[in-house]
Amino acid sequence: MLSMASAQAAYQLNMTESVTPIGRQLYGLHMLVFGICVVIGVGVFGVMAWSIFHHRKSKGAVPADFHESTKVEVAWTVVPLLILIGIAIPATGTLIELEDAKTDAEITLQVTGIQWKWKYTYVDEGISFVSNLAQSSRDVMKDPTGNENYLLEVDNPIVLPVNKKIRFLFHADDVIHAWWVPELAVKQDAIPGFINDSWAIIEEPGVYRGQCAELCGKDHGFMPIVVNAVSEAEYQEWVAGMQAEAAAAASAATQEWSMADLVERGETVYQANCSACHGPTGAGIPGAFPAITGSSIVLDADPAAHIDIVVNGKAGTAMAAFKNQLNDIDIAAALTYQRNGLGNSVGDTIQPSTIAAAR
Amino acid sequence: MSTEIAHETAHDEHHDHGPAKGLMRWVTTTNHKDIGTLYLWLSFIMLLYGGAMAMVIRLELFQPGLQWVEPHFFNQMTTMHGLVMVFGAIMPAFVGLANWLLPMMIGAPDMALPRMNNWSFWILPFAFAMLASTTFMEGGAPAFGWTFYAPLSTTFAPASTDFFIFAVHLMGISSVMGSINIIATILNMRAPGMTLMKMPLFVWTWLITAYLLIAVMPVLAGAVTMMLTDRHFGTSFFDAAGGGDPVMFQHIFWFFGHPEVYIMILPAFGVISAIIPTFARKPLFGYSSMVYASASIAILSFMVWAHHMFTTGMPVAGELYFMYATILISVPTGVKVFNWVTTMWKGSMTFETPMLFALGFIVMFTIGGFSGLMLGVAPVDTQYHDTYFVVAHFHYVLVTGALYSIIAAFYYWVPKWTGHMYDERLGKIHFWWSTIAVNVLFFPQHFVGLAGMPRRIPDYALQFAEFNQISSIGGFAFGLAQVFFLYIVIKTIRGGEKATDRVWEGATGLEFEQLPSPPPYHSFNEPPPVK
Amino acid sequence: MSSASDQDYYVPHGTHWPIIGSVGLTLSVVGFANYLHDTWSLTPTLVGLAILFFMMFGWFGQVINESLSGLYNKQVDLSFRWSMSWFIFSEVMFFGAFFGALFYARMYSIPWLDGASNNDATAQYLWPDFEAAWPLLTVPLAEKYEVAKAFIGPWGLPAINTVILLTSGLTVTFAHWALKKNDTPKLVYWLAATVALGFGFVVLQGYEYVHLYRDLNLRLDSGIYGSTFFMLTGFHGFHVTMGATMLLIIMIRAAKGHFTPENHFAFEGVAWYWHFVDVVWLGLFIFVYWI
Ligand code: HEA
Ligand code: HEA
Ligand code: HEC
Ligand code: CUA
Ligand SMILES: [Cu+2]
Repeated sequence: MLSMASAQAAYQLNMTESVTPIGRQLYGLHMLVFGICVVIGVGVFGVMAWSIFHHRKSKGAVPADFHESTKVEVAWTVVPLLILIGIAIPATGTLIELEDAKTDAEITLQVTGIQWKWKYTYVDEGISFVSNLAQSSRDVMKDPTGNENYLLEVDNPIVLPVNKKIRFLFHADDVIHAWWVPELAVKQDAIPGFINDSWAIIEEPGVYRGQCAELCGKDHGFMPIVVNAVSEAEYQEWVAGMQAEAAAAASAATQEWSMADLVERGETVYQANCSACHGPTGAGIPGAFPAITGSSIVLDADPAAHIDIVVNGKAGTAMAAFKNQLNDIDIAAALTYQRNGLGNSVGDTIQPSTIAAAR
Repeated sequence: MSTEIAHETAHDEHHDHGPAKGLMRWVTTTNHKDIGTLYLWLSFIMLLYGGAMAMVIRLELFQPGLQWVEPHFFNQMTTMHGLVMVFGAIMPAFVGLANWLLPMMIGAPDMALPRMNNWSFWILPFAFAMLASTTFMEGGAPAFGWTFYAPLSTTFAPASTDFFIFAVHLMGISSVMGSINIIATILNMRAPGMTLMKMPLFVWTWLITAYLLIAVMPVLAGAVTMMLTDRHFGTSFFDAAGGGDPVMFQHIFWFFGHPEVYIMILPAFGVISAIIPTFARKPLFGYSSMVYASASIAILSFMVWAHHMFTTGMPVAGELYFMYATILISVPTGVKVFNWVTTMWKGSMTFETPMLFALGFIVMFTIGGFSGLMLGVAPVDTQYHDTYFVVAHFHYVLVTGALYSIIAAFYYWVPKWTGHMYDERLGKIHFWWSTIAVNVLFFPQHFVGLAGMPRRIPDYALQFAEFNQISSIGGFAFGLAQVFFLYIVIKTIRGGEKATDRVWEGATGLEFEQLPSPPPYHSFNEPPPVK
Repeated sequence: MSSASDQDYYVPHGTHWPIIGSVGLTLSVVGFANYLHDTWSLTPTLVGLAILFFMMFGWFGQVINESLSGLYNKQVDLSFRWSMSWFIFSEVMFFGAFFGALFYARMYSIPWLDGASNNDATAQYLWPDFEAAWPLLTVPLAEKYEVAKAFIGPWGLPAINTVILLTSGLTVTFAHWALKKNDTPKLVYWLAATVALGFGFVVLQGYEYVHLYRDLNLRLDSGIYGSTFFMLTGFHGFHVTMGATMLLIIMIRAAKGHFTPENHFAFEGVAWYWHFVDVVWLGLFIFVYWI
């Protein structure tokens, strides 16, 4: 963590150095191609500079009249060609290795891009959660000075063990996103309807930060990624903790919740998951996202339609099916908050059990 | 010779009554010079419009945090900036140059189909008015980037998208008609003796560009048509749920999009190939290899499109192929650069403004080409992709490449067009001011890109702050330099030292050798003699 | 390139047709975009199209007059030829986009959705039940797209239509021969046959569409098969209609004696266009209906 902070304080001129073996290869390749460009550049611009200074009319230069020379032209076709072959050979090997995510993968992490958050599913561990931009960043957008990791902090970071081959599976629920963590040298598009894969072996523990790298709509700049790479033992501990938490939530979902508890929790859920579109105050954005305040669906005394649009979403619009993202408690809380906050006052509560039934 | 030329002018005035008067002259004109002027003005207005949006972008990115605009509006600015610059500023400027110059360079009376020429132009103001009007619609202008990837541009796009789609259709119609006209003119209207291999390189590069245009603009039209039906008529081209694929959109788009970037650079190569020999007072080193290199670049440009898609999860074989093909383009492009440098070698150079811009072009375009080569290396592109490194790359090839060549062309030919010399001192100030500013503007973007700043974001993490601030300052300075350019343009049109017919000591070509400055309304009623 | 031609290259002076065309074009597309959003009726679009047709009649009428009064020399004629050929090329590329979509769907996206190439996870996690096939009678997400009950084979109407179009290619060539022999009655006769075949094709195609929609539930929105099928055949049908209309006009002009054996570019341009439409159909027949 500390080393990260110091690395970032000094602004950086070159590509981020990676903590994965393939990432180091990419860095090497980057420096190789860059070096070649510099050398050719020095040559070409050097010759140019020489003639600009020496072959100018003001110095009495008299134009020569040579042109066309097959020898020279063949040379400047063939030499660059050879240089390119020199680049292509290492690039081919690296690319083939880079694309082989499947062989010997030990952990499979499914990553789903959603406007504008990431959902992570540990396929074999049965853990699943949504990761949003942290509130600490949202609060200081007018003036973020001094906010460490501004825009690169999330509420639920992912935890991964070091020295294991992790296979990432990417896809998206709505539009195309791209999951990018420079230090892991992973950047892969998350595409609705298809699954792409990529991989990493993280060799050093640490916190690695990244961002969505494909324009995905309004808050594309606000869907960061935080990877917490830890030892195998710490990872196992975290997995056990997450599983216990999920079990606790499942039992809490069967209980009756009070209005106050639901509204309180609902506000947090709403601000993290819904406010990006429907606005922090529920005003929406005319022409793009409907207002919650005064919405006839929300105000309807029969909550069925309200529950339906949030649980199942609305196909063909940005309104996602939140049953895939939030648990029963969170959905119930968000709904209750929408009905009794944001300037609305329907007066009823929506219970987690109702949501469970609606799934 | 100039008496002869003068005589011809008088003769011309006598049997042709010159342009009509008033506004209708411009609306109904079929004259290649008038239409060229219209295109050039349209493109300048679009440069200012697109540039103003770039200023909004740079203003918001001046410091971290959201100070000036909402993210949604920021995305609209990025999108419209890209679209307006590509389709509104650069492309029409080159068509304008083609209109002015092609008939004069090949010794033709006018373009082959003057009426269609008028229509090619007069579709554009309507198309751009439609495009610009989307900013005021409910839900805002298109906000999905100039590349309009599905499904962000289909299912998730604002209502104004349909106006954008039709605007693209109109631009396509205009470009196809314009290109057909250029091809017919070059192939059919050359003066006797003007064989293909005697044509100036600007004519050659435009001939090739016109072929690129008629090949890819219809494909773009197809792409937006599929978008339209996906949006409104339930087709599933770009929807996996129905058996389509969002990535298919990208393939179709880039099949257009990659040749498109060469459409914006090939005529520039032609311009530079005219200017360098003039001011080096030495013929172009390898004329025929320049022709073949241009053709090779054009052919290769059809085979590399998926280098914009290295992170979409293409099968490995595809990525390898597109990597090889992409980096191969460096070879013919290198041939061009080496040719220009050798042309200067042992020349007798002077450095008037057009030459300065041409030299700036060679250096900075090559820098942009180098970053292009780096991007072409597929495994590493996975790290460059969609960062400011890409933004830096394409502004070096587009701004200091395409735009610089257009500015160079203006200084080079404006004395011929208007009969007035521009103010050399102001021109030099314009060059140095622009060149310093543009590097302050775009060079730091390489650094933030490599350090991890994604493109198309309205706000960024704190470690990118310094370079963004520098970049914005450069941006404002570069913007002001172009306002200064506007002043120079107007000043030159309204008056200035009288230009000679030859204009430049080392100038060659029919327009300099056979026509007075300014040339008569109809350049060549009699085909000129060709050496 | 020939200054040896009898007179100068004809350069027209001033024209108001393009600006009228631009207004018509803009009105029709703005109208249509508004129609799609239910903000306007279809009337503005139709008015726009009417202006466009008015422009075309006016513009072409002027060109015809100039041509008849002998203003065009050989070089102008050659300009027209170049332009028409490259215009047809641009049309080929337009169809190319849709053929590209068809091939992409058949060769890539559908197999990939079923796990081909590097997409094993796609099939495993997202579409376990989907099976690649062409024509596609099931789509990955059945709730979203209602699919066809059956598809259409090549050997019924499509084969008949193929014969019709191929025949029309012949008849237009016979017309050309007649024109070269200056045999106006034969010319008109063969052109009439071509026009009849052309419109016959359109009628049969319309009949097929009704059958597909009504009986087979094969629609524009029944997944990628329907999408590619109707876009390709639809744009083709539109081009046939345009081509047949142009042939009709040429027929009327032929009857009026506008063409001579030496000078009949308008006829040839339309004939080229007709052959292009024909060739596209062959591509459709093979790749859409047959294999
Ligand atoms: C005028 C426009 C123009 C031009 C000329 C080029 C030229 C090139 N471009 Fe660029 N490019 C764009 C405009 C242009 N580009 C735009 C607009 C985008 C972004 C689109 C978007 O996403 O919005 C883009 C993006 C882009 C990408 C995708 C990046 C990404 O999104 O991840 C790639 C990847 O391969 C690429 C490669 C190249 C290459 C290899 C060249 C080559 O042609 C360069 C060749 C030139 C040289 C190499 C220099 C001179 C040569 C020598 C001196 C000879 C010796 C040299 C060697 C042997 C090395 N470009
Ligand atoms: C084709 C040519 C072209 C040209 C000439 C330019 C010119 C400029 N471009 Fe742009 N640009 C693109 C093509 C071009 N661009 C494309 C294709 C994209 C990608 C879009 C996308 O991601 O979808 C892009 C994206 C892009 C971005 C990234 C945005 C993002 O990712 O969010 C930025 C950011 O700095 C930028 C900046 C600039 C600047 C400062 C200029 C300057 O050179 C502009 C200078 C000109 C003027 C400023 C006009 C004159 C001045 C005035 C009108 C008066 C106002 C002046 C002041 C207030 C000082 N451009
Ligand atoms: C990515 C954007 C987005 C997010 C995030 C989002 N919504 Fe929505 N929501 C929409 C859109 C778009 C609609 C309009 C759908 C339509 O066209 O009917 C909508 C509609 C609604 C409606 C119906 C309102 C009406 O009057 O039509 C409700 C209620 C609602 N959303 C609740 C929620 C809740 C609760 C959350 C968070 C848990 C949420 N939304 C998150 C985009 C979003
Ligand atoms: Cu998600 Cu950008
Ligand atoms: Cu490209």
